[in-house]
Amino acid sequence: MLSNSISARLDLMAEVAANPTQNTEKPIKASELDPKFKYELQKMHGSEKILKCFQCGTCTSDCPVARYSDDYRPRTLIHMAQLGLKDRVLNSNTLWLCAACFTCTDRCPQDVEVAAVIRVFRNLAAEKGCIPQVFKDQAQSLIESGYAYKIPELRIKKRESQGLPPLPKGNPDNVKRALKGVKFIEGLQKPASTGETTK
Amino acid sequence: MTDKYLIFLGCAIPYRVSGFEISSRKVLAKLGVELVEMPEFNCCGLPLDPVSHETMLIMAAKNLALAEQQGLNILTLCPGCAGTLKKVNKILKADKAQREEVNNHLKEVGLEFKGAIETKHLLQLLKEDIGIEKIKASVVRPLTNFKVAEHNGCHILRPKEYIGFDDPEDPQTLKLLIEATGATCLDYIDETECCGAPSVGVSDKVALALAKDKLSHIKQVDAQALITICPFCHIMYDTNELRIEKLFNETYGIPILHYPQLLGLAMGLTPEELAFNELRVNPSNMLKQLTQGANKT
Repeated sequence: MLSNSISARLDLMAEVAANPTQNTEKPIKASELDPKFKYELQKMHGSEKILKCFQCGTCTSDCPVARYSDDYRPRTLIHMAQLGLKDRVLNSNTLWLCAACFTCTDRCPQDVEVAAVIRVFRNLAAEKGCIPQVFKDQAQSLIESGYAYKIPELRIKKRESQGLPPLPKGNPDNVKRALKGVKFIEGLQKPASTGETTK
Repeated sequence: MTDKYLIFLGCAIPYRVSGFEISSRKVLAKLGVELVEMPEFNCCGLPLDPVSHETMLIMAAKNLALAEQQGLNILTLCPGCAGTLKKVNKILKADKAQREEVNNHLKEVGLEFKGAIETKHLLQLLKEDIGIEKIKASVVRPLTNFKVAEHNGCHILRPKEYIGFDDPEDPQTLKLLIEATGATCLDYIDETECCGAPSVGVSDKVALALAKDKLSHIKQVDAQALITICPFCHIMYDTNELRIEKLFNETYGIPILHYPQLLGLAMGLTPEELAFNELRVNPSNMLKQLTQGANKT
């Protein structure tokens, strides 16, 4: 799956590389600020404590991705959200660079659960349809097979010759039934719609 | 002490890392752990968490509810699955509103999350249920003069609030388990650093640079192998080592072993039995050194 996703998301990576300062370059207009965004976030699971962030920068200085990337800065993303730059945060490609290693979460002196806040941003971006292809593929595979990676028939057959017991059934029908009503999953099953979710 | 577990494989291991499963099953059998196979399990939910937290909660709870019906605790080999199942178990046990919401979904398939079982990763089982002493006692061929480095990865340790069986800043469990085989576990800089795997595909540049620096640090201390306990970390180093060597014009040649492969060798199992043939980085030189090292003592 890793090598598949490598090619699947190369274009996104090129885009990030080509627009390194896309989120900060344009001057901020007062009209693009959403003053209620931070309160919205406070009510969501994972980002309850976003207002406790006092911008110390521990998350960014300890972030392994930030060390190797010129663009990904968790502190900046949180600050932008606190300011109400909702669209810039949710449209940011760098959002998808977080490796979810949870170093920031464990070290944040304010207990902000930084990785969970980033995850909330990603979930909101996904609702708007901003989502790297690899995640669409994984969700599709989950609905079709019960597993996030489609395990090839050959692999399943090979298990026997390797002395391994059969793989538990993915039961995709039950997966679909259990996920009924989940907005993200239902959006996937519909043919590409134009209607973006509005608040 | 529980000696019977439901084994939860997740997606990555049956998809690409069967050597981990084969060697784990072999050593667990030697240690007297009985693994119960499930007729049905799904993805733990973690890969979908970035795009839909709700999907992750429902998938994890569905697996937990299936296991609860069997009345057995879960053993996982993948730290991502372990972390997800532990976290969701804790969240749903504590938060009635979220539990009811998730159970409304599970009702559709005749299941209910009750919070009646626990999940352990292989590493935690080896340390807490089997114990270092029993593992030492299972060694028939101590790996003396064999020097390795360890890579824990992130999800086996973090977030501490949900995992919590080892110190994420200075983890000891894997080191102790390695030394139980008679091998030496070397210290190196940035040991607890992420392997980079989750960033593959979003930015290969970042992911490969992370892995490259770790491999360089491991080479600097002359480790004869790197020991992992996560399928994703293993893919990151083993599958990508050649690619990293070419990209950065480096030579590592460091075989990447799953911990149960190392333990299995010390238990007297053969490389064939432990699926060494599944490794991408050729371990034959390392195995030769290992035999010579053992003969020296």
